Formats: sequence, structure tokens, C-alpha cells
Amino acid sequence: MTKLAESWAAGDKRAVGQGTLTRQWAMVIDLRKCEGCTTIDKPPQCVEACNRAHYLPEGQQWIRVVVERDQRGSFFRPIPCMQCENAPCVQVCPVGATYRNASGVVLVDNNRCIGCRLCMAACPYDVRVFNWVRPPTPPEAALVRYSPEFPVPHRKGTVSKCMLCAHRTAHGELPACAAGCPMKAIYLGDLTTDVATNGDEVLQLSTFLSENHAYRYRGDLGTRPRVYYIPGHGEAFGRRPGA
Amino acid sequence: MSEARRLEAQLLGVLARPPRWYPFIVTLLAGVVAWAFYAWTVQYRIGLGVTGMHNRVPWGLYIINFVFLIGISHAGTLVSAILRITAAEWRRPITRMAEVITVVALMTGALMVMVDMGRPDRLLYLLRYGFGHLSSPILWDVLSVATYLTGSLIYLYIPLIPDLAMLRDRLGPKVPGWQQWLYRTLAMGWRGTPRQRARLERALTVMALLIIPIAVSVHTVVSFVFSMTLRVGWHSSIFGPYFVVGAIFSGIAGIITAMAVFRRIYRLEAWITEEHFQKLGWLLLALNLIYLYFTFSEYLTMGYQPDDAEAALLRLLFIGPYGKIFWPMVLGGLVAPALLVMVPSVPALRSLRTVPVLRPVPIALTAAGLLTTVLLARGMPQAAILPAWLASWETLRWPLLGLGALLILSLVPVLQARRVASLVTASVLVNIGMWLKRYLIVVPSLAVAQTPFGAITYRPTWVEYSIIGGTFAGFALLYLVFSRLFPIVSLWEVREAEDSAIREPADVGTRPYVAPAGGRT
Ligand code: SF4
Ligand code: SF4
Repeated sequence: MTKLAESWAAGDKRAVGQGTLTRQWAMVIDLRKCEGCTTIDKPPQCVEACNRAHYLPEGQQWIRVVVERDQRGSFFRPIPCMQCENAPCVQVCPVGATYRNASGVVLVDNNRCIGCRLCMAACPYDVRVFNWVRPPTPPEAALVRYSPEFPVPHRKGTVSKCMLCAHRTAHGELPACAAGCPMKAIYLGDLTTDVATNGDEVLQLSTFLSENHAYRYRGDLGTRPRVYYIPGHGEAFGRRPGA
Repeated sequence: MSEARRLEAQLLGVLARPPRWYPFIVTLLAGVVAWAFYAWTVQYRIGLGVTGMHNRVPWGLYIINFVFLIGISHAGTLVSAILRITAAEWRRPITRMAEVITVVALMTGALMVMVDMGRPDRLLYLLRYGFGHLSSPILWDVLSVATYLTGSLIYLYIPLIPDLAMLRDRLGPKVPGWQQWLYRTLAMGWRGTPRQRARLERALTVMALLIIPIAVSVHTVVSFVFSMTLRVGWHSSIFGPYFVVGAIFSGIAGIITAMAVFRRIYRLEAWITEEHFQKLGWLLLALNLIYLYFTFSEYLTMGYQPDDAEAALLRLLFIGPYGKIFWPMVLGGLVAPALLVMVPSVPALRSLRTVPVLRPVPIALTAAGLLTTVLLARGMPQAAILPAWLASWETLRWPLLGLGALLILSLVPVLQARRVASLVTASVLVNIGMWLKRYLIVVPSLAVAQTPFGAITYRPTWVEYSIIGGTFAGFALLYLVFSRLFPIVSLWEVREAEDSAIREPADVGTRPYVAPAGGRT
């Protein structure tokens, strides 16, 4: 872990020679390892970790775990925001409340959002959620200073979504879901330096993707997601897809 | 007394002393509006959570009603402009009504968007930040609706000026002081001099020419809010023209309905004649057929796709939970009106009324149709020839409901003799149908899951229904109040037509309006 911390500690920017280098965050989800937390008999731990980390109001999930089927049987798919490079949500926002930051993370400025919800209609991955009523603010969240990188406390009448834990990656921590996954199925990657890690191992991102037939969810849409999936059925933990 | 003068007397009478029912209706409408306002305060306090919308169906009745009202707004100014440019003489008694519809519908429609916003307090952010984000279809909407509203107000106002001057001069002390002041100020010193008239005519022509492309742009960009997304059923290049045609279609139906109402309440039968209804009726029919054609090509193309999502959407619409809206919309809102417009013009149908034995035929036919379908659905042996999915009650009940909507056709013999009633019935059906159609555009596409989800439903709440009811009441209220303060028929234009007819074929429209005694010189 210390090695890892060193490698990521520089966060979004890292000094390289004279200038700085900007991270381009990506995520890899290894579906061979994701078994929906069924083998440990718990609700999906990534979801729980995310809910805790962002004090999510009831009814919101910034990452969901859904069941899908293919020829070999059923499998679990965690769906965070895909941080699309060609993001429909960014294009349609009339006030620029949704934008991509320098590291390629799509953020929402809840102090600017007018709550038109066109971005929700436009997102092809159904990941955006709305604060339909005043979200409760737990005492510990009340002290947080709001920023789009850590959109807490939540604002009534505005949209929210997964922001790839911009507040955590900025100082070299894994996103809450990746840190919370007991199977270490979620990797944070950086396209600039071509590395990825799940907290246990550090890999070369491009090799990892190509060797394991990684793909992007609904890639045909042309939204160019920054989230990659490695096909699988949770078999790394002995799950049988027929089940 | 000439026709035009009688019309003037009639309408000035309304302005000087409103009909007896007027205060009651106004109070009633204002009550509904007040209730809607209360519902809105509840929504403002608690949040949009009091509506039936949720994360998977983030848009509901408000957006549907927005599209509907913008659609209604369409025909007024557009039709009036086209008729003016093409110098269609029969337009004269109806242009004003049409123009007012546009303004009122645009105002209520724009209100719907504000009601729908999660943060209405941040409305002005659209101006503050918007211009850096012109890629957003919402901004296109804001810009074009604002332009259209401004343009329509000007286009309503310009031909109102000569009438205002007449009100100023003729009503005088018959109306309260503020009303006199209103006419005096708005008339802007109109004296009807040849120079003023020439300017007025020129301004009108310029506005009429400008307003046509603006009107077309408005509904096109309303459709872009949907079609610029990747959603199934929305992402379609036909959406622009489809919306424009739909808007003009429902707008004309709106004009016909309003004409019928005003003709009745202000006793204008002598000026708004069957001819006006029939002419607009043919226009309605033409747009009806174009709309049917667009609808057909839209769904056929969709149905031919091997895509799962498109198939899922069509299933939802045709035999799924939205079938109970879809079939009445198609049969009751598109097919039935087309037939109703044609019915009085088919002489052969007269025998349905005049020959006694034929009288029960329409009802019998409808009943027989319904009965056969039900029997088939209930598993008569003959039903075996139908494909399995068609032969079950569950899948058939919605188309049946639509057929039920066609029951209106059993009224054919009655309507055959009453052209106006037939057209007004058609118009009301069209407007109901088009409202439902907007529901079918907005909700089912959102309800088709793009990522795995259970069934997605949307059930509006009392807050939404109240606010929708309130906007319609507000619409009627504004319209009525306008007709109480200003002549609902363009009096000087009617008179101009009469004058030029008398002095055939001398210089049309150059005769100055002469202020009667008492007016300032
Ligand atoms: S997944 Fe949706 S919310 Fe996330 S960037 Fe793409 S379009 Fe936007
Ligand atoms: S809901 Fe907010 S973030 Fe989404 S498009 Fe509207 S203003 Fe932008």
C-alpha cells in the first residue's frame, strides 16, 4: 500500500520535469471478480461505500449493481457514471452546470444547476439522480464546504451523480466504491501514465484492457465512456453464471 | 346600417357593458387559477417530489403541457400571417382571435417550463450563463419562444391600433377612467391619416413575413429538446417537421374551437359564418392527413428496426400499458376528426338521415364491430386464424378502447346536417388527441429502460393535475379578459373590406379613418 500511495499521491497533477502532467482518470471494472457480493451474503459493498462517502439521501444511488444475461448466463454489472468523453449531459446543459474538468471527470455544479433535468433525459446510462425534495444533511456533512468535486451538502432541486470521487483521487485515494469493493474488482486508471490499480496491484492500463477483451458499455452510442468492463460472470470467486 | 357598423355596435356593446354571465365565469376561472397557485406553493415549498416524477421519468405533465400549449400557439399568428400575405379576404373577422390565442398560449406555455424547473429561483441563470452554452437545446427554446412571443405581441398590437383609436373616440365616458386611459395610451395618437395608414400596412406586411419563419423555428426547436438526445423514440430526424405539422394541426383546431365559443357568447353568427368554419376545416383536414402520414412513417420505420429498445417502445405503445392512450389517440384523435370534417360534405351520407331504414346503420355498424372483436378476443373458434398475441383479451383491450372512441361516428347522421357542430366536435377531439399524443411522446420514451430496470411507471399527482387545470383556466381567463377589453374581431379590417367592396375597385385601404365628432383633431 505504501508504494501505491506514493504512486498516486500526486493526485490530479504530477510534476514531470519542468511542467506538470494532468491525470486522465478512467475506471476498469473486472466482471470476472464481481459476484454482486453474493458469496459474502451482503448487499453490494461498492454501493454502500459510495452512499456513506457522499452522505447520499435515501433513494439515491450513484453506482448501481444490475443483473444482466449473456449466452453464458447471468452476471452483475456495477454502473457508475461513465464519465463520457463525448458526454450528452454536458452538451445539453443550458447553464454549464454540468462540465468536464481537466482530468476528464464530468462534474455537476449544484450551485448553478437550474433543475431542468434535460441532462437526465439525455444520459444514456440512467445514472443521474435528482434531489426531488430537500435532502437531509447529517451533522458531519453540514461541516463540509461545498464544491463540485465533493458535492456535499446536497442541494434541493438540482441533479447529482457519481463524480468519480474527484475529492479522493485529488489526493491519491481510490474512489470510495473501488476502496469498498471486497473483491477488488474496480480499478482506477490514468490514461496519461497508463497505469491502473485496485489497491492491491498496479497494472499497465492498456495491456490490462487489451489482454482481457475490455469493452465499453453501449460503446456503439459514441459517447466514448471512460469506464471499461472486462467480461466475466464473477467466476474468480467460484460463482457459476447459470445460477 | 351596414354589416360592419352593426358588428361595431355589437362588440362595442360588449366592451361598454359585459354580458351578465361574465363576472361569474371570471370568478370561477380565477378560483381554479388560485387553487393551482396554492398547489404550486406546495410544490415550491417541498420540492418536485410532490409530483409523480422520479429519477427514471424526470419529465411529466408539465413538459407535456408545455409542448401542447406551444403547439396551440402555433396556428394563431402563423395562420393569420399566411392569410394576410395571400390576401385571403375571408380572414378578416377571425385574425384577431387567432392572434390572441398565440399570445395567450405562449405565455401559459412558458409558465409551464418555469413550473417544471427544480430551481425556479435560478431562472435568470439562463441569461447569466446561457450564452456560453448555446449548444443546449433549452437555450434554443428560450430564444425562439421569447422571439415568437415578442413578435406575436407586436403582430397583435399593430392591427389593434386603429380599433383602439376608435374605442378611444367612441366609448369615451361609457367606460371607467382607467379603461379610457388604456385606450388613449395604446392608440398612440392614431388619427387614421393616409401616412399613418401606409405605415401601418407596411409594418403589418413586414411582421407577417417575419413571423412565419419564427413560428416554424419555434416548434422545430421544441422538438429538438427531445430529438437531440439518444433516447429511443426521440432520436429521430423527422421530429422537427413532425412537431411543426402537429402544432399547426392542433393550433387550427384551437382556432376553430375559440371561434365557436366567441361566436356563441358574443352573438357573432352574422360575421363568423359557416364559410369560415369550412375553410379552416379543410385546412384542418389537410394537416390531419399529413400528420397521419408522419405518424405512420415514424412508427413503421421504428417497427422495422431489429433494435430491442425500439421494439420495447412499440410494445409499450401498441399493446402495453400505453395502449389505452395510444389507440384512442390514433382512432379518436386522428381518424375520427378526419371523418368528421368530411362527413357533412359527402352527399351520399344524407340518406343515412333521410331514409328511415338506414337510420340505425351507423350505431349498428359500430356495435357490430365492437362485438365481433370482443367475441374474437374471448376465444371464439374463428380467433384461431389470428396470430396468438392478437387473439388474447389482454392485447386487444386497448385497440378496442380506441374503437370505442370511434363510437362518436354513430353521431354521423346528426352531424351530417350540422357542418359547424361537426367541425367543432372534430376540433375538440383533435385537441384532446394531440394532448395525449404529447403524453405518448414524452413519457413512454422515458419509461423504456436504457439500462436494466424493473417496470417504470409514472403516475401524476394532484399537484400536477391542479397546476395543469390552472393553466387551462388561466388560458381561458386571459382570453376572456382580452375579449372584454378589446374587440375580438378586427373591426377596421372588416369595415375596410366593406368599404372597398362598395367603391369597387378603387384604392383598397387608403380611405382614412375619420374620427367621429368628439374626437381630437
Ligand atoms: S454516463 Fe451519463 S451522466 Fe455520466 S458522463 Fe455519460 S452522459 Fe453524463
Ligand atoms: S438539470 Fe442542472 S445539470 Fe442538468 S442540464 Fe439542467 S441545469 Fe444542467
